Amino acid sequence: MTAAAPSSLLRTLAPPAAIGLPVLALLIVLPQVIGVYQTQLLAYGLVMAVAALGFNLLLGYTGLLSFGHSAYFGLGAYTVAFLARDLGIHSMELYILIGLPVSALVSALLGYVCVRHTRIFFGILTLALSQVLWSLALKLFWVTGGTDGLRVPRPTLLAGTLNFAGSGGYPRFINSYYYYCLAVFVICVIVMWVIVHSPFGKALQAIRDNETRARFLGLRVRRFRWIAFLISGTVTALAGILWVPLNGLTTPEVLYWPFSGEIVFATILGGFRTFAGPLVGGIAFNYIKTYAVASTEYWQLLLGVVLVVMVMTLPSGIVGAVSTLAAKLRRKREA
Amino acid sequence: MALLRTEHLQKQFGNTRACDDVNFVVNQGEFLSLVGSNGAGKTTLVNLISAHLQPDSGQILFEGRDITRASVTERIKAGIARSFQIVNLFDGLSVFDNVALSVFSRDGKATRMAALAERDDAVAGEALEVLEQFGLADKRDTMAAGLAQGERKLLDVAVAYALRPKLLFLDEPTSGVSTRDKAQIMDTVSAVVRAGKVTAVVIEHDMDVVFRYSDRIVMMHEGAMLADGTPDEIRANKDVANILLGAPLSD
Repeated sequence: MTAAAPSSLLRTLAPPAAIGLPVLALLIVLPQVIGVYQTQLLAYGLVMAVAALGFNLLLGYTGLLSFGHSAYFGLGAYTVAFLARDLGIHSMELYILIGLPVSALVSALLGYVCVRHTRIFFGILTLALSQVLWSLALKLFWVTGGTDGLRVPRPTLLAGTLNFAGSGGYPRFINSYYYYCLAVFVICVIVMWVIVHSPFGKALQAIRDNETRARFLGLRVRRFRWIAFLISGTVTALAGILWVPLNGLTTPEVLYWPFSGEIVFATILGGFRTFAGPLVGGIAFNYIKTYAVASTEYWQLLLGVVLVVMVMTLPSGIVGAVSTLAAKLRRKREA
Repeated sequence: MALLRTEHLQKQFGNTRACDDVNFVVNQGEFLSLVGSNGAGKTTLVNLISAHLQPDSGQILFEGRDITRASVTERIKAGIARSFQIVNLFDGLSVFDNVALSVFSRDGKATRMAALAERDDAVAGEALEVLEQFGLADKRDTMAAGLAQGERKLLDVAVAYALRPKLLFLDEPTSGVSTRDKAQIMDTVSAVVRAGKVTAVVIEHDMDVVFRYSDRIVMMHEGAMLADGTPDEIRANKDVANILLGAPLSD
């Protein structure tokens, strides 16, 4: 370690921290101002952001468009539901500790099949596998509850120290659970940020840009894609694990392909070429969808129009457009 | 001493013999040019040696070891690296990252995910050193896509060179650049390669460049080796002159 090391670490961390910390401060303060309903909505947004963050490791960093990420989200959700119903587990920490390895295992198995192909073939395979899980959830109704889904009661947080049973539990739960989601969100963001800036993350981007050359650097391309798939699926599953207690219920909807489309939509909305894109996109998409559903029964049409306009006017997404604008302003000020 | 030797190497595409009984030798430490008209089989030969293609028959020996069936990764580990005719870079990564990734891969560090790439001082130092040798150090933070064509060609070579191979294949390192850039690229490449004591095989069309920089020249024609000698010998070879001028072969 050289004497210059601490300052260079500071240089590495300063730009993301300069944006990340004020946003984090805002996310911490907001629930004190906005009330229970808006807090709950923001928690849903954080969950969607985690799902998109996981998805974007494949799309933005590895160059693989998965059209079946509902499978991993739903996998997390149903794992929690089974743990609650069949094993009587009601601790959020246990949900995560058991749900993560289960999701990682299934992601590894399905990923092993999917990464044998790239481009549209990869997309179709991911879609097909997610449809298998969806139809299982639908048809095995004696296990999964079919279209009725499975109810999940409010879990205890922090190894049982926070309990939300009884009257008035709901607002207390939302308030605490929001911060729980925020903590998991922050951990996911940090972990993913390190991964995409690690040698492994650089190798993924290299494979995305030029598979042949990556091979002639001695990189085992398929293995890298597989590991990326595993991480991606597991992070999106973690979003599913977080989502169930918030929703109180999981139905086959979260395994169905339109939900995969929503994850893709959210990511593109925010901008898949930037690290923050899926985070902003996840939260923004959740608001757009919520208000679109509330304002018109043709909400899907409204979302479709938004997507078309987005792709045509802001192909780099919200974050891409904002950073381009910021760069332009900076140049103007310097000139 | 022969670093690489192919024995009766054969590769056929349909009815075309792209490589016809080729016995190709590369000696330790030399700067060898592989010349010949389009379709002579130069790139096919390099593809076979680098495992981009599998031969129909024949053997490839590297440092006396049979590597005919070795995978791309194994051959890179053994010390064979290559660049491509069309620039093959990681356009979404910085110039620095393009080169650093070679070093990470060579050192078996490319699978690390719990550490920031730019915080690896040993790798960063080596990557910067390579960039300096190739005159690209001041572009380190530029995206590879934002470089001028001449710089892209140099970076393409630098990425392969950073693997620290024993044997480096360069497929037309000066194609598609101006005559002035050509000389600059070749000056840089030959200086770096000679300083690093790396054996280099360069596919090149420009005979002025070939005669100026090579220790030895091998000429291919219709899949077979036609001539092999020092620049002076090749200059004096009538068959070579005829092919270069498009005239028929003397028999």
